[in-house]
Parts: sequence; structure tokens; C-alpha cells
Amino acid sequence: MNDKFLNGNEAVAYGVLLAKPHVVAAYPITPQTKAVEKISQFVQDGDLDCEYMHVESEHSAMACSIGASSVGARTFTATSSQGLLYMLECLPYASGARLPIVMMNANRAIATPWNIYGDQMDIMYALNSGWVQLFVEDAQEALDVTLQAFKLAEHKDVLAPVVVNLDGFVLTHTYEKVSIPASSEVDAFLPPIAKYDHIMSDEHPMSMCISAGNHQNQGFKQLQHEALFNAEGVFETIEREFSTQFGRAYGGAVDSYRMDDAEIAMLTTGSVTGTARVVVDELRREGIKAGLIKLRMVRPFPTKRLLEVVADLKGLVVFDKNVSFGYEGTIFTNVNSALMQSGKMLKVENVIGGLGGRDIPHHEIKSAYMNLIDKKNSKQVRFSDEEVTA
Amino acid sequence: MSQKLNVRNITENEYFYGHKACGGCGESLALRLALKVLGDEAYLSLPAGCMAAVSFIYPNMAFKNNAIITPFASTAAVTTGVEAGLRALGKKKPLAVGFAGDGGTADIGIQALSGAIDRGEKFIYICTDNEAYMNTGIQKSGLTPFGAATTTTPAGREIRGNINFKKNMFEIVAAHGITYAATASIGYLDDMINKIQKAKDADGPSYIHIYAPCPTGWGCGSEISVDLGKQVVDNGLWYLAEYENGEFKVNRNPDTFEPVAPYLKRQGRFKHLEESDITMIESIRDQKWEYIRNNWV
Repeated sequence: MNDKFLNGNEAVAYGVLLAKPHVVAAYPITPQTKAVEKISQFVQDGDLDCEYMHVESEHSAMACSIGASSVGARTFTATSSQGLLYMLECLPYASGARLPIVMMNANRAIATPWNIYGDQMDIMYALNSGWVQLFVEDAQEALDVTLQAFKLAEHKDVLAPVVVNLDGFVLTHTYEKVSIPASSEVDAFLPPIAKYDHIMSDEHPMSMCISAGNHQNQGFKQLQHEALFNAEGVFETIEREFSTQFGRAYGGAVDSYRMDDAEIAMLTTGSVTGTARVVVDELRREGIKAGLIKLRMVRPFPTKRLLEVVADLKGLVVFDKNVSFGYEGTIFTNVNSALMQSGKMLKVENVIGGLGGRDIPHHEIKSAYMNLIDKKNSKQVRFSDEEVTA
Repeated sequence: MSQKLNVRNITENEYFYGHKACGGCGESLALRLALKVLGDEAYLSLPAGCMAAVSFIYPNMAFKNNAIITPFASTAAVTTGVEAGLRALGKKKPLAVGFAGDGGTADIGIQALSGAIDRGEKFIYICTDNEAYMNTGIQKSGLTPFGAATTTTPAGREIRGNINFKKNMFEIVAAHGITYAATASIGYLDDMINKIQKAKDADGPSYIHIYAPCPTGWGCGSEISVDLGKQVVDNGLWYLAEYENGEFKVNRNPDTFEPVAPYLKRQGRFKHLEESDITMIESIRDQKWEYIRNNWV
């Protein structure tokens, strides 16, 4: 192992280097660019022996990935925002054909208004694409989860593509000390990709991405749906293996912080977790029993695990860095559905913030917690900063 | 250099059978013959379109080869992805082949095709051109010729059929400096299969544009598809040519052309054309041939 001072993009690039993909197909888009630049540098320097495809669009980045993965190559791509939306059509081809492609997405705002800064509006469009959706909090986690993502995608009980989400700029461009595992250790953790029955090969010619009529189509979708649920348990197992080997653990699909005796809590995805952690410590010093739930996996949705964590809570606020226009934050919708299934009556609120890179200050996180106690604001769904400054 | 192919030495093996294409389908004939040249080592990528629709109807698969349906815009991208994947996995000379219709090539797929040629990877792209979106019900594409009636350019009271001219994919592709490109027709199969063989041997990207009549879309008898493929070459509305080593070459340069009217009148899509339309079609043909003879011969 050795330590390097890296931003989140570079940390993912080191993860890709260590995962030794056969094919990388990528198109540059802010704020993902540093990741694909770093990977191309590895290739140009001869440090990474892979086919780097300089594609002309994100749509082709995913199409090339589908082609490469359909013959059994370990394949990586990266995108962001409008690029993700542009390749969106291809995402269900990959998941429907059960191709274990891994992608990094630098979470970014969606036009218009044009904005290059971070929020999670982009990936919410892909929620129904059949991809496993993971979110990370910092650069170290980004590297580690990149390695785990290949193992997860390629697991025989999953065989689904995986997207690793990093908040644009806050994670992609912020430098941290990152521990880089030794290549030999990664090889032990992540063996070469297996040969699957459903890929094209000289030995067993195959028709892929077939058409299925109105009677059979649903059966394929049901099988895909069931397999995606397997991803949660497999992810937990992979994390335990990772922890044993590398000494770092992240808590599986749902990580909790000071939740043992918590009465109120916030649920976060991605980088805002760091700020919320500081607020929890402060509230605890003030005698308030606050906790934090970090949702690391949004598809499959870890309903059972979440319900265990919230079992003794009196109030929960869900922080969404996205909004489904005309309704509420998408994570909130998902959390509410899970709570409803448990029959547990719990005070739940939704705070939407950080859109287009808008600052999420400490005091707004704190007031979101305090509102669960004080109930100063009666709105169940609201923006973190209600002032409209357009 | 491979031996010259003809009806006597081409393989009797079949790689594409049991499909659901219409009787007299020019595309399925081109695809069947192309696979006889390419063999079972070819990995095929086909976008949404007739050939995908008639070949992958679960659980009945019509290809003996490896074959994948691609997103509509992505024939060339998936093809090169397959090639890169096979190469990265250690296969010495992977043969990745894209098959797309005129819409999948000249309209929605042109960007991916351009990008793939630009990357210079070894792949073969075959466009089977039936001059409209046949699988969705005969709508105008970028390769629909002047005057043709389609369901989106019908012969109306005000506008008679398609008033745009056919995009020239062969020259667009050649302008990329592609390793090998050619035009062909199912009316001249010897010429077609030898061009596919050349594409197979080419050390870089190659493109074959095959004129492939569609009885359903064109409103003609299924027994005259091959004949129309001959007639269109003989009357000069389609030319057989190659682009190789930076040079254009014409394979057939007839002294005189057959008249275009008999060809047009055999097809329902042109039956509304008036004398002046036919004269215009002939004059555009003559201009094109003047250019060809001045520059390529």
C-alpha cells in the first residue's frame, strides 16, 4: 500500500487501474474529465494494458461498452449529467443483457438553466434502468467501491451493471489522502472476470439482446428484477471480504452513525454526509440524541436494512440533492415507501438542497434536525434554504 | 489476397436461415450471401430494423453466428466494442461486422459510424439500402430517392412524394479516408461478394453500401427484386464503385444507359411521377455520371 494525495476522479482512476479492465470507452464531460484523463494517461504510459476507445459521444461510450462486455471483456466507462442522459437509452440494453459493466457517474445538475456543478438530479433519471446504484462519500471510498463494484457486477448471482456515484466537484475535485492498495492484493480480492454462459464466444455462438414477444418479455424482466435484489446481500459479503483484506469498512448498503440510541436522524446520500456527521456530534454535545443514516445503495433499495436502523426513531429527515418536479425528493419517495411497508408511524420530513452546487451550510443541516424537535416549519417537503435567488 | 469468389466456389454452408423476412427481401439476400463470405467467425451487430426484427424472435434465433441487437444509433459503436473486447481478450484477428439499413446508417447511426471510422479500428460495416424505414412502415429516410412515395412523403395533391435527394453515404464514408469502401447491388452478386471479401481482407475499417430492393415498401412483385437490382445499375441510377488507397474506381461504366422510366414504373412508390419528374431524375443522373467520369475514371 502507499498513500497519495488524490481527488475523487483520480481515486476512481486508480481503482480502474487496479481492476485491470480489458476495455475502457469514454467521452469527456465536466466534472468527470479528470477520471478519464488519468485513465488514458495510465494507458499511454503502459501502466494499464487495455483497449481505450476514444468515442465520439456518451451514447457510443455505452454502446462500445455493451459490445466489449458482450464478448466477456471487463469494461469500464464514466460520465456525468447530460452525458448520462444522452447514454440513457443504452443503459437498459446493458442491464437487460445482464452485462457487468462498471461506470462512474460524477453527479451534476441537469440543464436548463445550464450548470456544471454538483447535485444528484442526473442519476435519478436512471433509477429504473436496472443498474445497481451506489453512492460514495469521499475519495477513499470512491477507490474502494470501484474495486468492489467490479466484483459485485460480475458476481454470478447479480450479473448487473453497476454505477458508482460521486458528487460533482465536492468529491471529484477535492483532494484527500488516499491509500492505494497493492496490485497483488487487489488481484487476490478481484480475480479475472469469469466466462459466463450468456456471452458471445467462438466456442458457443450466441444471439444477444434478442427480442421477446408479449408473452415472454415479462419473464425476462422478472428474472432481472429478482437478480437485482441479490446485489444487496452480495455487496455486504464483498465489503466484509474487502474489510478483512484491506482493513477498511463502510457499513454495507446502509451505514449508520451514532444511531444506537438515536431519537432523531437524517438520511443522506453522498458527500453531504460529512457535514451531517459534524452536526450530529454537535447535537450530541448539546444532549440531543441525534444520529445519521448514510444510504450507500439506492438500487436495489435496502428496505429491510433501513427499517432495522430506523426502528427506534421518533423523527427522520431525508436530505435529497434532487427534486422530482411536482412531487418531492426521489430518495424521500423511496424511504417513505419502505416505512409504509413496515407499518411504522414515524415523523418524516424531506429537505431538498444543494441543487446546482448551492452551498449546504452547517446551519441548514442543523435546522433540519432541529425542526424534527421544534416543528418550526410545518412543511413536510421543503428546500433547505427557502429563499429563491434566481 | 483471397481467390475470386463466384457461384461455384462460394460455400454451401448457411449461416442465416429460418428468419421471418418477407418474400423477395433484398436485405435478407444480401445478409445471407455476405455471411457465406464472412463465415462463422464473424460477430454481427444489428440495430433495430428489419434484419434484427426477423432474426432474433425468442426462442427462434436465425443466426448461426454470434449476433447482437444494438441500440438503434449504435451499430458501429457496438461493432467496434465487440472488436476491442475480443482483441483485448487475446483473439488475433477478430472479425466484427455491423449490418444496418439506410435509416440506421445515414440518419440515426451516422455519428457512431463516423466516430468508429475515425478511430481506425478494423471492422466491416454493411449498409443494406432499401431507401426507407421499412420495419416501422415505410417512412422516408435520408436515403429515400427523389420522387419516391413513402408513408411520410406520400404522393399528395400538393407535393408528389419525396422532394429531397438521396444522401451519398459512399462518398461521405470515403471522405473519412476509410481503408476500403464500395457500393454494390443484389442485382450483381459476384461483384457484391468479392467486395465483401475485400472488406474482410482490409487492414482497417471498411464499408459496403448494398442496394437492396424491398417489395413490400416499393410496391413491386417479390420475384423482381434481383431484377430491379440489375436494372438500377444498368440505367445509371445506382453505380458500382470502390474507394481504396485514397482513390475512387468505377466498376461498371456503360456506354449508354437504359431509360429510367421502365424501372420506375415497375414500382408503386413511383407510379405518381409525371413526365417532367422522370426527365429531372434522368438529368440528375447524367450530372452525377459526368462528375464520376471526369473525376474517377
